[in-house]
Amino acid sequence: MATPTGRSFPHPELTDAEAGALTFPSSNSRTFNYFKPRKLRASMYEDVTMDVQPDPGRHLTQGWIYGFANGERGYPVEWTALRSGDWHAFLDPNEEWEQTIYRNNAGVVRQIGLNLDNARRAGAYQTWPRSWALFVEQHVGAWMHAEHGLGMHVFIAAQRSAPTNMINNAVAVNGAHKLRFAQDLALYNLDLSEAVPGFDGSAHRGAWQSEPVWQGVRENVERLTTVEDWGEAVLAANLVFEPLVGELFRSHLVMQIAARNGDYTTPTIMGAGEYDYSRDLRYTRALFAMLLKDEKHGRANAEVAGEWLARWTPVSLAAVRRLQPIWSQPPERVLSFEDSLDRAKERFRGLLSDLGLDEPKELER
Amino acid sequence: MSRQSLTKAHQKITELSWEPTFATPATRFATDYTFEQAPKKDPLKQILRSYFPMEEEKDNRVFGAMDGAIRGNMFRQVQQRWMEWQKLFLSIIPFPEISAARAMPMAIGAVPNPQIHNGLAVQMIDEVRHSTIQMNLKRLYMNHYIDPAGFDISEKAFANCYAGTIGRQFGEGFITGDAITAANVYLTLVAETAFTNTLFVAMPSEAAANGDYLLPTVFHSVQSDESRHISNGYSILLMALADERNRQLLERDLRYAWWNNHAVVDAAIGTFIEYGTKDRRRDRDSYAEMWRRWIYDDYYRSYLIPLEKYGLVIPHDLVEEAWNRIWNKGYVHRVAQFFATGWPVNFWRIDGMTDADFEWFEDKYPGWYEQFGRWWEAYNRLRHPGSNKPIAFEDVGYEYPHRCWSCMVPCLIREDMVADEVDGQWRTYCSQTCHWTDKTAFRPTYEGRPTPSMGRLTGEREWEKLYHGWDLADIIKELGYVRDDGRTLVPQPHLDLDDPRKLWTLDDVRGLTFNSPNTLLNEMTPEQREAHLAAYRANRNVTA
Ligand SMILES: [Fe+2]
Ligand SMILES: [Fe+2]
Ligand SMILES: [Zn+2]
Repeated sequence: MATPTGRSFPHPELTDAEAGALTFPSSNSRTFNYFKPRKLRASMYEDVTMDVQPDPGRHLTQGWIYGFANGERGYPVEWTALRSGDWHAFLDPNEEWEQTIYRNNAGVVRQIGLNLDNARRAGAYQTWPRSWALFVEQHVGAWMHAEHGLGMHVFIAAQRSAPTNMINNAVAVNGAHKLRFAQDLALYNLDLSEAVPGFDGSAHRGAWQSEPVWQGVRENVERLTTVEDWGEAVLAANLVFEPLVGELFRSHLVMQIAARNGDYTTPTIMGAGEYDYSRDLRYTRALFAMLLKDEKHGRANAEVAGEWLARWTPVSLAAVRRLQPIWSQPPERVLSFEDSLDRAKERFRGLLSDLGLDEPKELER
Repeated sequence: MSRQSLTKAHQKITELSWEPTFATPATRFATDYTFEQAPKKDPLKQILRSYFPMEEEKDNRVFGAMDGAIRGNMFRQVQQRWMEWQKLFLSIIPFPEISAARAMPMAIGAVPNPQIHNGLAVQMIDEVRHSTIQMNLKRLYMNHYIDPAGFDISEKAFANCYAGTIGRQFGEGFITGDAITAANVYLTLVAETAFTNTLFVAMPSEAAANGDYLLPTVFHSVQSDESRHISNGYSILLMALADERNRQLLERDLRYAWWNNHAVVDAAIGTFIEYGTKDRRRDRDSYAEMWRRWIYDDYYRSYLIPLEKYGLVIPHDLVEEAWNRIWNKGYVHRVAQFFATGWPVNFWRIDGMTDADFEWFEDKYPGWYEQFGRWWEAYNRLRHPGSNKPIAFEDVGYEYPHRCWSCMVPCLIREDMVADEVDGQWRTYCSQTCHWTDKTAFRPTYEGRPTPSMGRLTGEREWEKLYHGWDLADIIKELGYVRDDGRTLVPQPHLDLDDPRKLWTLDDVRGLTFNSPNTLLNEMTPEQREAHLAAYRANRNVTA
């Protein structure tokens, strides 16, 4: 049907195809019925996440239709040494899906943007002693690389590999946090090199690549990128590296001493990283708690996790020891390296004991 | 942010990566491609500081539209004919989306270029977005559309329906096998660059014409991320082209990926657009017309052909043959007819075609009625239970087809069917290229060169084999395609919900035995097989 102007467009029609227009079998069947929700009603997160990655152990009748050259197909459970009676029982306590991802991260970048604007306007950097500016350009700067390497080559790599959509999405979001935080630090560094006279915006690269204090951390990060077992990668990064090295540096050093050195800005950036980690730790704990409590595989998983802890604890402790000299660099030293390390170890022990894991004897060497 | 500071910011981000000296990242996913001498080509840049708020804003618009649609009683205007096909479409598409996210580290591991890594990492987040936002759209349909059956079983049905398996290639193809074949050629160079146009642009306009303006809102929002993905893939392609040894692999992979995408996406989207619509205005473009514009002109002529200047061999013959299948061989119509033949094992309802549809088809595809018209008349005649069986079990002059081993769409262009004994089994293929895909491409050597990273075609590729010799009622029960009264089927060959007597139940389909054409083919003697194949190819399969 042509309109007077000759334009043609579809004509809406009243169809009454609305819920409740008629009653017939299944006319009220308005829940996804192929999985059992954790609570009475499925959450939005469960609805948009469960079973999107199919599983031959559940509904996938024809199996995976593409294989790798070695015969592996889809998402093999053998890609980790961990075992589970039901991998699908893991749900991300952060319930990440697209809306939470963007709300959360957009909130963080907005917050950081405001803080930096204010700092710039208030001339907050002008009171920094030169030695503190040096500390920030070198050491706070170097940290961006650790975050980036973990994001790109540990977490984003691992989200291809776990047997369920719930695990892979949680790991993917973890990777996104790391990359965002790395960029936050990089762009902060850029800001400083424009606002602080004499601030060397390229010093972070040299520090990371060749300063002896940073070589242990870099080695730890690079070695984490070589881990093929996704479970080991997540454990070694989130349950070993993060409490022993990440929090040690971010929380138990930078956030403690910055204010004493006249710097109120850096802690707000570091705080964003800590906030990310608190979310990422939440899913990590939920995942390992499930695996360690697994009726059939719990003990074997504890052994596997124990081996991993024994392998990675010394690596991270070595990184920390090499980092020690930077504790004496800022003009205002509020706390000693040993104090910081004690806190980090305490935190690490707490994480392990919550999970019922034995403390690796390597911790006391 | 000013342009200058944006440039500086991009520059700063490039400082994040470094050359490792203690250890290099694990190579989880192998490729036979080499990038040793590749000059670095960079994709479109995106800084996360602006990315997250930008996407959040896009999301807010989508969620606003969803609220508006519900408040505005959109479902009083949606066409059931259209919405029913969404049960299939939206069961499939979140998996390809999430698979694209999972594919990103495969490409990151294969291509030594930190700038591309950044682009791919952002794409990973986009794809998580796409998958979950589409699941949410489906959830909304389930909650507000008159017939939620089929939406309610969505991801299970995706995993056990023959149609879901066809769709699953567009997803599994991104994440398995040679990392570059999968995550670059199949996913980006072909699926995203060519076929997202039909998926995310043509589909939405058809949805709107059928009273559904939410699908357009969601899918246009999804599509707006796609140019960055296409740019990632193009950068990788340019890097790959720098090494002579990659040419042969690129040529192989473009042939495979092009043909498989055509076979799968055109089957599905073609059917949704041509048979799922009530919009029969004469000047509404047919799928063939849209294909000519989006795929042939925009992709083939404007994207693929210019790559020839880099010495890349373009599959001209396969582009022309895909068009030939769509335009001259009735590919989409044959697929739609097959879906409708198989209605009892679907999990959605399929509306029959009426006189208005016939007229439109004949106008758009001259000769349509002669081939398909009487079959659809029979479909309508047999749509209610009581005095007849489902159409697949009535003699309407339609022979149930063999399935293509490679693309898993049946061999519907019967004269083109190839049969061959491969890996000790008689297999049928819809086309020579699908035969080549299985027999030649997905193998550890290719044209004499070792291809140790190439993937394999695996799985129970013929769906019918799982149920060979079963009673149809038992199959449907096993699949779970039964409504909450325990007897009425989810699928129906009509849209009549007003009278329960018009709805098929398990009792109406009991006593019908279902067979696997491939099993029967393998049981034949060589002479029987030859005669059967010749008759199959010669059968025009037209309802008298
Ligand atoms: Fe996507
Ligand atoms: Fe994409
Ligand atoms: Zn085929």
